[in-house]
Amino acid sequence: MNKKNDIVSQLQTPKSDTEIRQVWRHLRCNRMAMIGLAILTLFISCAIFAPLLTPYDPTKIELANAMQNPSAENLLGTDWQGRDVFTRILHGGRISLAIGFISVSIGLVVGVPVGSLSGYFGGKFDLFIQRLIDIMIAFPGILLAIVVVTVLGVGVERVMIAVGIASIPIYTRLVRGSVLSVKEEGFVAAAKSLGIKDSRIIVRHILPNCLGPIIVQSTFQVATAILWAAGLGFLGLGAQPPDPEWGLMLSRGREYMRAAHYLTTYPGLAILLMVLGFNLLGDGLRDALDPRSRKYR
Amino acid sequence: MYGYIIRRLLLAVPVLIGVSILVFAIIRFIPGDPARAIAGVHASESYIEQVRSELLLDEPLHVQYFVYAANLLQGDMGRSTFTRRPVTVELYERFPNTLLLTVTAMGIATVIGMSAGIVSATKRYSLFDNFSMLAALVGVAAPVFWLGLMFQLLFAVNLGWLPSGGMGTWQHLVLPALTLGLATTALIARITRSSMLDVLRQDYITTARSKGLVERVVTYKHALKNALIPVITVMGMQFGILLGGAVLTETVFSWPGVGRLMVDSILARDYPVVQGAVLVLAVFFVTINLVVDIIYAFLDPRITYGTQEVK
Repeated sequence: MNKKNDIVSQLQTPKSDTEIRQVWRHLRCNRMAMIGLAILTLFISCAIFAPLLTPYDPTKIELANAMQNPSAENLLGTDWQGRDVFTRILHGGRISLAIGFISVSIGLVVGVPVGSLSGYFGGKFDLFIQRLIDIMIAFPGILLAIVVVTVLGVGVERVMIAVGIASIPIYTRLVRGSVLSVKEEGFVAAAKSLGIKDSRIIVRHILPNCLGPIIVQSTFQVATAILWAAGLGFLGLGAQPPDPEWGLMLSRGREYMRAAHYLTTYPGLAILLMVLGFNLLGDGLRDALDPRSRKYR
Repeated sequence: MYGYIIRRLLLAVPVLIGVSILVFAIIRFIPGDPARAIAGVHASESYIEQVRSELLLDEPLHVQYFVYAANLLQGDMGRSTFTRRPVTVELYERFPNTLLLTVTAMGIATVIGMSAGIVSATKRYSLFDNFSMLAALVGVAAPVFWLGLMFQLLFAVNLGWLPSGGMGTWQHLVLPALTLGLATTALIARITRSSMLDVLRQDYITTARSKGLVERVVTYKHALKNALIPVITVMGMQFGILLGGAVLTETVFSWPGVGRLMVDSILARDYPVVQGAVLVLAVFFVTINLVVDIIYAFLDPRITYGTQEVK
């Protein structure tokens, strides 16, 4: 069996670490992508080391210290319960990143297998899955996540599930499309004629060739998930107090907008920057992974 | 052409049925007694029993669904547990407001986005191009509800130029529509630019130029028409994103639309209204997609050769 796989592998476009290096070389030359990567590195390190970076507790109420303007002690001021806004934003990054990555994983875990089976085998199963996806995408954008939250209830974990479910149709469509085009390549026919099992063909030979679009979409999807989760938090359908979630902070800070605009300005800027980081990196990855689009830059 | 349109219309039927099943399922999936969920938290036992018998909740699920679907087809979506008014009436009052908001936002996005995209493509790498593409990047990344709050802070609270919320005069529409339309403006600008650049490199454009046509004619008469096709596809998809964004924008600006009604109803556990609002938004989106696909078929003659796929 291994020999057969080797023969087929030779027929495929080489996907070794040299290609990863090539992609990295293109990415490194792309200034915008590097800015995106820098933003994300900053946010991820802040999220990891949040407890070490500030001496404050993100949820501890200290009314004596409420509504302080930004100062050397409280970089971005304090809120109506005396909590340090900067600390809450750092800890909020943990929640947003966790929601982003976990919900995308849910989308991948369901969407990739379903999409590849649907694309590879076609037929009635494919038709059925396609109609199902059509129904799911009839609830546009955040609406599907809202529908799921209505059923599941509120809270960070449920938001992860809701946003994850809402991203399943996106992956299913993407993977199905990629599999459909890769399926027609010569090496798949070669693998089939050698009698390699369908499951092995999909996992070993087709999916590795669909990785590019999946990686690019996932980068954008993390950004979308963060936006949706913040939106749910803002509507009161996501994270609940006292979680330092950015969307929730914004909706609460709204009541004090006239007196303390920083309560709404900075959490919003944090969302914007993080989403921008993922989008810039996604744009860069798309260009680096797709040779045809390289010339547009 | 007409075959394609009929096929496309028929394809929408199973989607609409599926949407109604999903909306029907919302209440059945909620843990606990659906009759209690539909009747409301403060309903009396006798009213709960009345709801249970009206909706045949003791019958098998498929019977319940057929009752639901039959009522739906007659325009009956039940009553709000909060106001006790028919859901259809609530939606009928709110839907035009959502329509006004989203269509205005789309209008703003189309005009500004396409103009910026065309200028960016024809004056590539100019100051305008760099600036508008940077603005587009930020516009896509900014959360719509935050943008709304910032606009409120700047134009309503600090400058006092426009009202900060509510509905009434055209001034009330400006901030919500701008807020909702900004991300779409950014996206349309980016797509128009890349699509124009794509078309401008093609041979027939070189031919048009070598015939001695003025650049303006080449750009607007020859290039733009073909560059528009991907823009229209994106606009169709964006309508969905706009509808999702409308839920947030309406909440920020106290705009009395279906989105805000939906959020208020979820928070108040007014499930019949939630179901109605979700259904209306989804059906609206399916209709928009249908219209976009048909426009697309008129624009791109390749689609009409019997099959659905672009050859």
